[in-house]
Amino acid sequence: MDMSLRQRLVVIGNGMAGMRTVEELLKRAPGLWRITVFGAEPRPNYNRILLSPLLAGEKTFDDIIINDWDWYRDNNIHLVTGDPVVAIDRDRRTVTTAGGVTTGYDVLLIATGSNPIVLPLPGKDLDGVIAFRDVSDVETMTAAAAKGGHAVVIGGGLLGLEAAYGLVQKGMGVTVVHLIDRLMERQLDHAAAALLRTDLEGRGIQFRLSANTKAIHGAERVTSVELADGEMLPADLVVMTVGIRPNAELARSAGLTVERGIVVDDTMQTSDPAIFAVGECVQHRGVCYGLVAPLWDMARAIADQLVGKEAAYTGSLLATRLKVTGVDLFSAGRIDGGEGSDAITLADPSRGRYRKLVLEGDRLVGAVLYGDAADADWYLDLIKDGRDIASMRDMMVFGEAIAAGGVTSPSASAAALPDTAEICGCNGVCKGDILRAIAEQNLTSFDDVKGYTKAASGCGGCAPKVQQIVASALGASAVVPTEKPICKCTHHSHDAVRKAIVEQDLQTIPDVMQALDWRTPDGCASCRPALNFYLLVAWPGVYQDDPQSRFINERAHANIQKDGTFSVVPRMWGGVTNSTELRAIADVVDRYEIPAVKVTGGQRIDLFGVKKEDLPKVWSDLNAAGMVSGHAYGKALRTVKTCVGSEWCRFGTQDSTSMGIALEQMTWGSWHPHKVKLAVSGCPRNCAEATIKDFGVVAVDSGWELHIGGNGGIHVRATDFLCKVDTDAEVLEYCAAFLQLYREQARYLERTAPWVERVGLASIKAQVVDDATGRAALAGRFRYSQRFFQIDPWAEAAKGHQAHEFRSLVPAE
Amino acid sequence: MVTWTDVCAVTDIPQQGARTLPGPDGQIAVFRTASDTVFAILDRCPHKGGPLSQGIVHGQAVTCPLHNWVIDLETGEAVKPDQGCVRRYPAKVVEGRVLIVTVPALTEAA
Ligand code: SRM
Ligand SMILES: Cc1cc2nc3c(=O)[nH]c(=O)nc-3n(C[C@H](O)[C@H](O)[C@H](O)COP(=O)(O)OP(=O)(O)OC[C@H]3O[C@@H](n4cnc5c(N)ncnc54)[C@H](O)[C@@H]3O)c2cc1C
Ligand code: SF4
Ligand code: FES
Repeated sequence: MDMSLRQRLVVIGNGMAGMRTVEELLKRAPGLWRITVFGAEPRPNYNRILLSPLLAGEKTFDDIIINDWDWYRDNNIHLVTGDPVVAIDRDRRTVTTAGGVTTGYDVLLIATGSNPIVLPLPGKDLDGVIAFRDVSDVETMTAAAAKGGHAVVIGGGLLGLEAAYGLVQKGMGVTVVHLIDRLMERQLDHAAAALLRTDLEGRGIQFRLSANTKAIHGAERVTSVELADGEMLPADLVVMTVGIRPNAELARSAGLTVERGIVVDDTMQTSDPAIFAVGECVQHRGVCYGLVAPLWDMARAIADQLVGKEAAYTGSLLATRLKVTGVDLFSAGRIDGGEGSDAITLADPSRGRYRKLVLEGDRLVGAVLYGDAADADWYLDLIKDGRDIASMRDMMVFGEAIAAGGVTSPSASAAALPDTAEICGCNGVCKGDILRAIAEQNLTSFDDVKGYTKAASGCGGCAPKVQQIVASALGASAVVPTEKPICKCTHHSHDAVRKAIVEQDLQTIPDVMQALDWRTPDGCASCRPALNFYLLVAWPGVYQDDPQSRFINERAHANIQKDGTFSVVPRMWGGVTNSTELRAIADVVDRYEIPAVKVTGGQRIDLFGVKKEDLPKVWSDLNAAGMVSGHAYGKALRTVKTCVGSEWCRFGTQDSTSMGIALEQMTWGSWHPHKVKLAVSGCPRNCAEATIKDFGVVAVDSGWELHIGGNGGIHVRATDFLCKVDTDAEVLEYCAAFLQLYREQARYLERTAPWVERVGLASIKAQVVDDATGRAALAGRFRYSQRFFQIDPWAEAAKGHQAHEFRSLVPAE
Repeated sequence: MVTWTDVCAVTDIPQQGARTLPGPDGQIAVFRTASDTVFAILDRCPHKGGPLSQGIVHGQAVTCPLHNWVIDLETGEAVKPDQGCVRRYPAKVVEGRVLIVTVPALTEAA
């Protein structure tokens, strides 16, 4: 088709509703319209819902992109970002941007979303007072949180609580100020709100309910928030989450009918038939929405009309889930039954469980679930269908399995759903859509289904149900998610690359990139370190380590600090030290004017603020006292934490300190997919915290218990018990075998905890415990590799290895 | 007149690496790519001042060691979605020597 003859569709707003409409249109008739998109944000289209997990550090920006730059290019969409539209000329059918670009349209789609409401308080314009709406707000919050301190969140609704949770996760103290006497009052009744409050207090969030904010104080930057009752809350950051207002100014100034939002009829047309509007900026049948579910229906209705079909949107029923990890909360429909309604409740406060169903006659009209929202979809379907529930009324509060009589298996219940049952509320995907996509597009896996239908790509709450449907249509094997590519430079996954390295005998990073068709000339900061690691595990003693493919810490053998200086951590075997080592450290601190000295959580000493050019001298002096690198900077063996054990402790059953030192001497210098920490405790009181380490050893009267896969970091995970052994030699052999298995199997940047969960404890036991020959072979490969890696990198650098790394250039003049 | 300063031999900089030298506006980072092109920019990330010279170099870009912004060495601009720009200094290789221009007034126009 001739490009210039096609009708022109212009979209204002590169957000969720606008792009969903474009996606729906492309699905129906790719190439039919010439599409131009204007977005005020300097980014491709991302999933706004997932800003909460982005803030909490549970997702990255890449994870939340819906359509990346390539998508626009591949679909011939002209995308203008960072340049908002400031005027619409309806007579000439053009839009004009702030940057002065004017573009003509045949049909215009307004999808400008909404703006956060800013309370007209004194101090609202101070630095550090923000809303929670887009990626730049998350960046501001993340930067503020990096300095610690205290945040005040004004508004205890869904957004406010998700912001508060994210900030607590990032290490800030957080107080939520809420005008009403209960949290999320639009979605929760008193009982559920009280449980939620207790839960969130347990996560370190403080609350001031029934509290009104009077003023925000500070000179340039906010310092405190004053409440109406006079209380002053210290504040380094204020997040206002008191509500949103449709962003309809542009439409208003173009003369379209605007009340609270841009008024549209059931066809989603505005008062000008050439202009549609979609998303949070619209007002439909008197309602302005603030959740995504309605967008999907609106987008479909508009797309149908753009390809010449009749369609109507008639309104949506809303359901809410709170995206705070570990809090299971669901609310839909009417929750405070009024005249003529009944409520059935089930409360188990000490277990944190609560259910309330609101009935009108024999129909379900609302539900609140707290603590266990597994039946949420079932209740939502019942509310939507308006089915007569008289026959199960007395049982329905216990959930589908019991009310529907007898225990149903999950996949059987998925199979029993009608095609019209909505599965993914975030994306408005029904069971029929999934089955049709599988049949028509020949989809073969859960990931395909997710990518094509978008089911389970929003908050993820429906993933189990989508998996059941995929499994019942394609068999269980289809559900196993296919592994992602390492990064954008390649379509190969970590596992595929590792396999190819060994099978095709690839010996260097350029070899790998060439053999596996890398898309970039020399990779990026994600794939190069991974390849370097895979090669050195595959070819110990042969592969030449590539310093330029290592993160600066591993290249400079020290941890970079935020001001560009470095920290230095010498090894203290098993946490044991003596006067010579301490004196050497003290001397180094004086000699190089090292500003800070701290005892670490890993039982050794960290010297902070060392200038880069001083590093080789500091190391040389420490080496002279017999100390070597602690690898506190590496994806490597870090520390072996010990307790005093039987040598001194009245409870000690074995010499845990010596065991720890032996383990550290065997394992130091080894490189791993991620950092590795060990610990040895002298008795089950476990003072060395061995049960949150990658490999933990706990002494018992008759020997040693071995534990694996613990993690104390972002997500705490206690170890799994591997086995019990009798002798010290066995501890060493099992440890070497376990670590080698991890080195050979895990993906780069995967710690032992997620690796154990991915491959399963059984598979590790089979290889490390049950198969004695295999174990010996693994341990042998570990020890062989150690012959090449137990070289102190500090001694090397002090001797002048990689000297350029530490020296500034002096221009010849 | 533009003054080109001889700062080092190309081989003094590791491929896919960088060295630094003091300049009028702060440390200057001189990069050498895998294909031996050299670039000079201020050693200060537009995000939070991270030392770009310490980052991983790939293609004609460097990834900042502090928070992983990617800076295009040719334009000095952060690769989207990030936004920001770092000062560039003209740089070239003549007979195996790296020459750069550091006079502040000239660098902007160049
Ligand atoms: C120095 C120390 C804190 C202290 O003052 O005590 C520390 C400091 C850092 N930790 Fe840690 N961690 C320290 C013990 C811990 C512990 C406690 C422990 O090992 O017993 C943990 C939790 C246990 C665990 O790892 O399971 C811990 C969990 C983390 C995490 C989260 C890891 C996770 O799996 O979730 C990170 C981030 C990462 O590695 O990606 C991290 C990252 C960091 C980094 C490297 C941040 C960075 O990338 O720059 C810090 C470097 C400081 C520096 O410049 O030296 N640090 N870090 C501790 C050094 C121990 C040592 O002697 O080597
Ligand atoms: C932190 C957070 C968590 C959320 N969690 C949930 C949840 O769990 N469940 C749920 O259902 N909903 C949730 N929401 C709400 C959901 O994100 C919104 O309902 C949805 O994004 C609305 O889509 P939209 O396209 O109408 O608006 P947006 O996604 O905001 O898109 C509008 C876009 O238009 C751009 N724009 C505005 N004016 C102009 C102009 N003049 N020119 C060019 N571009 C312009 C804006 O920059 C914006 O990018 C959440 C929202 C936030 C902020
Ligand atoms: S030392 Fe560890 S816990 Fe402390 S600020 Fe750094 S990364 Fe966070
Ligand atoms: S300072 Fe460079 S990315 Fe933050």
